[in-house]
Amino acid sequence: MESAGIVLISHSAKVAEGIKEIIHQVEKNVPIELAGGTDDDRIGTSVEKIQTAIDHAHTEGGVLLIYDLGSAMMNAEIAVEMSDFDDIEIANAPLLEGAYVAAVESGMGKSLAQVKQAAERALQGD
Amino acid sequence: MELTANDIITWVNKTNEKIQNNKEYLTSLDQAVGDGDHGINMARGFKEVVAKLDDNSYENASDALKDTAMTLMSKVGGAAGPLYGTAFLKLSTSLKDKSAEYTHFLNGLEESLAGLKQRGKSQEGEKTLIDVWAPVIEKMKEQEDFDAALLKDTAESALEKTKDIKATKGRASYLGDRSIGHLDPGSVSSFYVFEALAETIEGGG
Repeated sequence: MESAGIVLISHSAKVAEGIKEIIHQVEKNVPIELAGGTDDDRIGTSVEKIQTAIDHAHTEGGVLLIYDLGSAMMNAEIAVEMSDFDDIEIANAPLLEGAYVAAVESGMGKSLAQVKQAAERALQGD
Repeated sequence: MELTANDIITWVNKTNEKIQNNKEYLTSLDQAVGDGDHGINMARGFKEVVAKLDDNSYENASDALKDTAMTLMSKVGGAAGPLYGTAFLKLSTSLKDKSAEYTHFLNGLEESLAGLKQRGKSQEGEKTLIDVWAPVIEKMKEQEDFDAALLKDTAESALEKTKDIKATKGRASYLGDRSIGHLDPGSVSSFYVFEALAETIEGGG
């Protein structure tokens, strides 16, 4: 099974880019796509950016979305509802720590459900 | 009375005028309790909707509402984009293959309200736009046809009540008691939506 892809959804494009940089130190083989900022690059989120990122990050292992603040989650949900893929999950996890753990787990070939669970436990430290 | 595709376009145009005229006001309200972008976001989104509807022709209300919804979702940004987008999309879907006469339109608004609650994981009394949509729809259910004056009055008094509510949803919830005494910006923009609908009804029919 291919590694599940990961989409980082942030109100800020810089935040999403920075997190990808940090993840790259430990994991380079997992597809990580960014959906940061609005489609005219203001602070906010964009359904279209999330949809494009999902299409690029998607593998046969599925794709995990991780978001930062409230409206990002709403736009993530809309993007999932509009997508043709049925193997997309949204993690309720801290963006940086969750994405970091998810990338490592995905790189080890874990299933989408396991990757999501790992992200959501990122701050538990066990 | 039945709303046509042209009525929907009039409704959207009137909403846009109110939002453009009150852009600074919406921004100042949002600076008090939120992240300060509601006026800019709504002005940008509705301007795009007006352009979109202007560029196309529509055979029915549902199709015009669908383009309104999709444009709001992609162009507004902030929480207002997915929320208003969802509300208009539910209304559009509910009116598909139906005339937009009063009962159908009201059923559609009820679907919009359910969509707002589901999308925002919110309900009445949390100082959100739901505090305008819910009482307006409740009042409309007591009527058998559009009543422009009643619609506007209900929306206005519902809006005023948001001042006394402590926010427990959205960015304003971080402010706790400090949110009391301020109008909810989303409720103000929703008032413009219903005021514009009332004016559309007055003009047509």
